[in-house]
Amino acid sequence: MVPGDAGGGLMRGDLLADPVEGLDEALAAVDAFDGALVAGLLRPGAAQAAAVAGLAEAVAGTPLTARVAEAAGRVAGGAAGEEHFVALAAARGALLGSVHDALALRIDEAVGRPTPEEESSPAAAEDKSSQAVARPEHGANLLAAARSWLCDLARSGWRGIDHESVAGAAPVVSAMLPDPELRRRATLLDGFAAELAASCPGATLERVPVRRWADLWSRALLLTVPGSAVERSDGSVTGRLLPLGVDVQEHATAVQAQVHAVFEPADGGAPRLVRAGVSAPKPDTVVGAGLWQLLRPRMSLLGAVSEGRSMELDAMPVTAEGDLVWDDERARAGEPADPFATARVRLSAATAARVAPLDRHPVRIAVPVLLEGYAAHSEEGRLAFDLAGQRLAVDTDRMPAAGPLTPEAVAASHACVGLLRWDAGEFILQPLAVETTVRKKTVAVHAGAWAGGTTDKAGVRAEKAATDAVAVLRERAGRLLRK
Amino acid sequence: MGVGALSVWEQSSTARVMAPARPRKLAKVPFVELADGRLQGVVSSGSDIGRVYVSSVAARTYAFACSTNNNRPCGGARGVFCKHIQALVAEAVLQYGAERVARYLAVEPPDGDPDAQALTAAMTATRPVKDDSSAAAQVFSRFLRHLAYLELAPVTSPLPEMQWFPATRAVA
Ligand SMILES: [Zn+2]
Repeated sequence: MVPGDAGGGLMRGDLLADPVEGLDEALAAVDAFDGALVAGLLRPGAAQAAAVAGLAEAVAGTPLTARVAEAAGRVAGGAAGEEHFVALAAARGALLGSVHDALALRIDEAVGRPTPEEESSPAAAEDKSSQAVARPEHGANLLAAARSWLCDLARSGWRGIDHESVAGAAPVVSAMLPDPELRRRATLLDGFAAELAASCPGATLERVPVRRWADLWSRALLLTVPGSAVERSDGSVTGRLLPLGVDVQEHATAVQAQVHAVFEPADGGAPRLVRAGVSAPKPDTVVGAGLWQLLRPRMSLLGAVSEGRSMELDAMPVTAEGDLVWDDERARAGEPADPFATARVRLSAATAARVAPLDRHPVRIAVPVLLEGYAAHSEEGRLAFDLAGQRLAVDTDRMPAAGPLTPEAVAASHACVGLLRWDAGEFILQPLAVETTVRKKTVAVHAGAWAGGTTDKAGVRAEKAATDAVAVLRERAGRLLRK
Repeated sequence: MGVGALSVWEQSSTARVMAPARPRKLAKVPFVELADGRLQGVVSSGSDIGRVYVSSVAARTYAFACSTNNNRPCGGARGVFCKHIQALVAEAVLQYGAERVARYLAVEPPDGDPDAQALTAAMTATRPVKDDSSAAAQVFSRFLRHLAYLELAPVTSPLPEMQWFPATRAVA
């Protein structure tokens, strides 16, 4: 690995190891507040009141100061209303937003990435936000119901959850899911409520996922604010899309596949880092290859990824965050394109879009990187790459089970295209694809290789099992659902 | 409670709380869940394609119930676990793993790795009673809600919150 080698898009691991200024202070305030949510804020004790006050102090001097200070006072008196919980969630979000920004800046330095694109013009930005406000909010009563459920959770705390209180989310989720405009909120509430339900009663939980549940709670609460989930459109793009790899996210009743790619505008402008996602609700028994089967028909790009092809886009809608809003009508298969060639030649020059204010959270960090010349080794069952003396943890657990990329292949690899992430105090690499040497030949293995289908023996078996499972459910639904 | 007071798992935004369901064949028992303090689900009738049995076993008491979707009591579930409940336990063990089922139902099977048979034996040995509270309608409506997920179309607008739910290779 050659530090500072910009042409190859390689990364400087040493920069990732340096402490990030202000990080510990921000996270300490977040941790204290999150701790207060464990016992709940119905009748807060002195320590909890102090934790909430600490959150208010941590955002002092920002536009949130007065509202959050008032909210902290009301919480301390056990008299918090919904708007006060929303203010606290916003304060927590602002702190984690600052953590996100500091980490993202550090990654940009480490990978030598050009700084994010500015908004096309201040006027355009203003126009976008005024549109967001002017638009009448959809499903206001459902958002209010979700907010009420979430505020009750904050009062009872994670230790106070029981089947009855958690079940309150189900009718809200059921009413939201069929509406595409509310899908984003519904999917979050559904995944969160299922986790809480599986953890009931909270009083006997061995341990509580403190940061995670506070994250999900505060994000869900902020999304109940009208106008919060409006997609900021940034027009459309025409040009060539070069896939780098596929990231899969799933909870019991939803799945999303995101293709990370480099986009080259047809007009010769600078290449951009973009994502194209497709998601679907699902029964919890649809897993593995069944996830690909649900998503495949909606996005031809998954087929192109499996075939190792680029795609030509014609006026494909894109958001200000760099998410293509995929439409098969606006894409056609292009020339073969090797993700490693894309990463080696195009990645370092590609600019990333700015992250929307609400989305600024460390969990959102997923920066495509190319790593070469590392030494892989295993510590206590966890894989890590040694990059010129710096250790980078590798999360092989995130690689989808319905794919050919295995932890063993990653351990034996000499080049890796992955997503650089951050969680629980450290940077982590999520492999999307690796190059290994088999009989003196370089062979690439991609996590998303089965996205569009496969002829691999194990893959065919998994596809068959998933087809059968869905067929049974469809048959049952056909017979019982429409009665 | 500052940084360092929390474990890595507690500090993780993507801490794994639930493992995904293990794949299983759904023909016999299309729906099983650990919910509302019960192991509950739907078992297809072996003889009538239009009929299903709604079966459940309560945590701790192991009080059991089995009836058809038209609310007729199952003839086999008078004093003992009928074959539908036995199938329900077996498929729950396939889907969630015996350990999670045992923990949820508060069953302490005899030593060694628990399996469906051991769990069923441990529960029936306590001579559980029939549950007359009849959650059947509720369970059946949860099954229909579950099936309805298949009817919802995929979307391509981004779901940023799915970043909190990374795929995992671990299974229940
Ligand atoms: Zn029966």
